[in-house]
Amino acid sequence: MSTAGEWLRGEGPHHQIVISSRVRFARNLRDRAFPGWAKKAERTAILDLIRPRVEELAEMEDSFSELLQDLSALEKQVLVERHLISREHAAKGVGSAVVMNRRQTLSIMINEEDHLRMQSIRSGLQLKQAFKLVDKVDSALESKLEFAYDQRLGYLTACPTNVGTGMRASAMLHLPGLVLSELINQVIQAVSKIGLAVRGLYGEGTEAMGNLFQISNQTTLGEKEDEIVSRLTKVIETIIGKEHDARQVLIQKKSNTLWDQIGRAYGVLTYAHAMSSKEALNLLSIIKLGVDLGTFPEDRRLPIDELFIDTQPAHLQKTSQQKLNAEERDHLRAQIIRERLKLFPKPDISKMAEESGNGATAGPSNNE
Amino acid sequence: MLCDVCKCNDATVFLTQILEGKMQKVNLCDACSKEKGVQDPTGFALADLLLGIGAAEEIEKGAPTQRCPVCGFTQADFKKTGRLGCSACYVTFGEGLNTLLKAMHKGTEHVGKLPQRAHRAVELNDRDQIKQLEHELAS
Ligand SMILES: [Zn+2]
Ligand SMILES: [Zn+2]
Repeated sequence: MSTAGEWLRGEGPHHQIVISSRVRFARNLRDRAFPGWAKKAERTAILDLIRPRVEELAEMEDSFSELLQDLSALEKQVLVERHLISREHAAKGVGSAVVMNRRQTLSIMINEEDHLRMQSIRSGLQLKQAFKLVDKVDSALESKLEFAYDQRLGYLTACPTNVGTGMRASAMLHLPGLVLSELINQVIQAVSKIGLAVRGLYGEGTEAMGNLFQISNQTTLGEKEDEIVSRLTKVIETIIGKEHDARQVLIQKKSNTLWDQIGRAYGVLTYAHAMSSKEALNLLSIIKLGVDLGTFPEDRRLPIDELFIDTQPAHLQKTSQQKLNAEERDHLRAQIIRERLKLFPKPDISKMAEESGNGATAGPSNNE
Repeated sequence: MLCDVCKCNDATVFLTQILEGKMQKVNLCDACSKEKGVQDPTGFALADLLLGIGAAEEIEKGAPTQRCPVCGFTQADFKKTGRLGCSACYVTFGEGLNTLLKAMHKGTEHVGKLPQRAHRAVELNDRDQIKQLEHELAS
């Protein structure tokens, strides 16, 4: 667990714009109190029933399996920053556990809001692949555990918003083009009208930090899993197209502004000595856009992507092996970024013009 | 940031409530915060805010004094948390929940994955019927 999972390094389809794809299923045992309502003894009994069944899954060979009570606050926070457990789960103690595979593509939370939350996370736009893995794991578990299921309502969950499929499919998108051209709110509104939700990964709307957005299905009852996944995939492909269009317009009509933004981001990141998490995310986002547009060489992509995670508060404290206050974190963050950008070439505007023909055709298609 | 309740006005009231160790964040516009009476943050139903206006009331309509026979959950608990106690609560509070689910989701019936157990149950039914038929024909 010392390094971030494969989803961050992977080169999934459309990985320039789609950082990751996630699918999670919520499942519960029949007639047993949901984790939020169960007394400690019952929660522990449920955990003891489920955990061995999860650990013996073929997909969980050589897995990382921990009780939440045995993890330090810092370790939990690191898992949250890697999107392997939810913020809610990190707040849990006795009676909860997490089991994940070595590649960190599959993570199963036991006694989060539901008895089981199983999620698969993949690089790029790979919702179908993520869905297939969770579906397989779910089928394997349901042969050993009796899940709460109703003929009419489907899988029963602690919150009525998840009932039916119990499935939430989501993707994390990097949309600097739409934000810079002030089109993002239009996209958010259009998407929410068709039963999908878009929200800033950190912060909301145009204030989303790092221009990172999460799009997911809102409803879980009355639609088949594969229909939800294909509908969401199609909408994401449309947004990818809009993002490419917005970047083209910026290059053609506002190239000076774009060049200025990239130059400033480069200047501040390479020379600053104190930097908040928010500033780092926003500037790294612009550098990432610069890599997409060819102003930085392609082999600089991974170090930038890694900085998005490595500059988060818990990852910083893990690196420094000690507790840091906010001011110390800001200094360390700036230091790590400066070191990583030492060998980073200066932005090359001539390359940006060459790359401008790339447009919406970039990245392999995910239709299968 | 948009209001969590009406989803159309900008939120001006930002609430954080710690409930059973879990942090719940709710953002509301002026109008909705007045309507919900959240000036007194202890007096509002989280169920309403998380699941939409009237959610708490719907549940009460269905089963005003009922208690889930399996887990002991009551509608007051739902009103407080916006969550249910166990899978049997879906039967206990079925009537009120149905209205809620209808407003919340695309459809009212699950059309997705069937557990293997459910498959087997259907097959078993068929087999029983065939046996019964065989039995009738034989006699
Ligand atoms: Zn409102
Ligand atoms: Zn119950």
